[in-house]
Amino acid sequence: MNVIAEPRPAVSTRPAPPAPYGMLAELTHRCPLQCPYCSNPVELDRRNVELDTETWLRVFSEAARLGVLQVHLSGGEPTARRDLEAMIRHCVEVGLYTNLITAGVGLTPERLAAISEAGIDHVQLSFQGADAAMTDHVSNFKGAHERKLAVAREVRRLGLPLTVNSVVHRANIEQIPAFIELALELGAKRIEIAHAQYYGWALRNRQALMPTREQVFRALDVVEEARVRLKGRLTIDAVVPDYYARYPKPCMNGWGRQSLNVTPSGKVLPCHAAETIPSLEFWNVREHSLQEIWVESPAFNAFRGTDWMPELCRSCERKEIDWGGCRCQAMAIAGDAAETDPACHKSPLHAHLLALAEEDSHSRVNGYDYRRYLTERDQ
Amino acid sequence: MTVIPATAVPRLVRGVRLRHDEARGQWVLLAPERVLNPDPVAVEILKKVDGTRSVEVIIDELVSAFTVDRERVASDVDAFLAGLKEKGLIETMPSPIGDAAS
Ligand code: SF4
Ligand code: SF4
Repeated sequence: MNVIAEPRPAVSTRPAPPAPYGMLAELTHRCPLQCPYCSNPVELDRRNVELDTETWLRVFSEAARLGVLQVHLSGGEPTARRDLEAMIRHCVEVGLYTNLITAGVGLTPERLAAISEAGIDHVQLSFQGADAAMTDHVSNFKGAHERKLAVAREVRRLGLPLTVNSVVHRANIEQIPAFIELALELGAKRIEIAHAQYYGWALRNRQALMPTREQVFRALDVVEEARVRLKGRLTIDAVVPDYYARYPKPCMNGWGRQSLNVTPSGKVLPCHAAETIPSLEFWNVREHSLQEIWVESPAFNAFRGTDWMPELCRSCERKEIDWGGCRCQAMAIAGDAAETDPACHKSPLHAHLLALAEEDSHSRVNGYDYRRYLTERDQ
Repeated sequence: MTVIPATAVPRLVRGVRLRHDEARGQWVLLAPERVLNPDPVAVEILKKVDGTRSVEVIIDELVSAFTVDRERVASDVDAFLAGLKEKGLIETMPSPIGDAAS
């Protein structure tokens, strides 16, 4: 009998990865706004390919069983889904903490009350600008700002915790102090100031979005000063742009380590931009359980841990600090997702990345290629 | 840090939840964009922060459950709750819910 001596398939000898903490559920790509840096892919999912309610409920149950603790209900605009309340109720039932990531436009007080009633734990509301002119311009939606203000007030009136989320770029980066004032005025306990990340739509708009080096460094000072001044009143989480930094950001805290992302049509991605890497094979919740996808799917294992790393990273003492940086940025700039992130000063392409950023930041292009469903004429 | 009065009743604010995390075999405190891992002593206190028990009742119950020195427990609980309040994770009411009129 020599059956026992059979070598086992490589997949099962790999130690099971630790369970993920968070799941981003992109319920739909539909959204009334058109932000030019939208993190949705350039090829947006249409309504007819969206997962149905029943499938989403199963996915949430599987997520809870897998060890996910927090679910971020996002989009597009998640409130475009009529079954959002049913999903929230289900998440509460299976013990998941729910975070609504909304643009707020089109959200009536009645709907918000129903969402609160269903048991939402936290609301994150985006502001594209600190005033009406900027918000309406960046989101390409007249009256968006006013509607957001009304939603923010309603969120607080219902006693829900509020986070203001603002993506900053060349046109609005000088508004950071005003964004912080706005958050305080609205009674938010937290503000996220995130610099645009350049893949997908933002990559298409990089010339119009890229801030100058001076703007970025001034912004860092402003944020630091406000953090100290507002300690205990407002938490400021700032995502630093890594173009002008020495080290890359620890993207996703490591690929396939802490979180997963489900697209409207059911594909499961290690990060929301992962589809920009053409070589990856994503599995779909229609065919596999979340557990299977997390443990076995090729896309999750492609850059998990440190084995995949180029020598430069593998021999570096920061390899388990920043995990070699962002795979999508490596793809976008180096043309190879398995390269060191060019944002790292050790990367041979770092100077190239810096030159690109500097050049774009002084570009005279200020108009946006707004996010939308592309038609044949666009291709 | 201001000490919370002994008769005040603390509770977790909306958006903060304590739950047992079966997958990892530990208790976690969930808050907006954060997962906190309270130590075993903190967990015992947090389980009693439910909007019905006052600070002194929490202390009394811990003292009798674990037969420990009251003064020690009181100072631990006071410091822990004051820290939570400063972080915005709990709020305090002058008396238990539904008891406000008394
Ligand atoms: S980034 Fe803007 S366009 Fe994209 S989903 Fe959010 S609000 Fe809609
Ligand atoms: S060489 Fe790789 S691991 Fe080291 S700091 Fe740069 S990106 Fe991070």
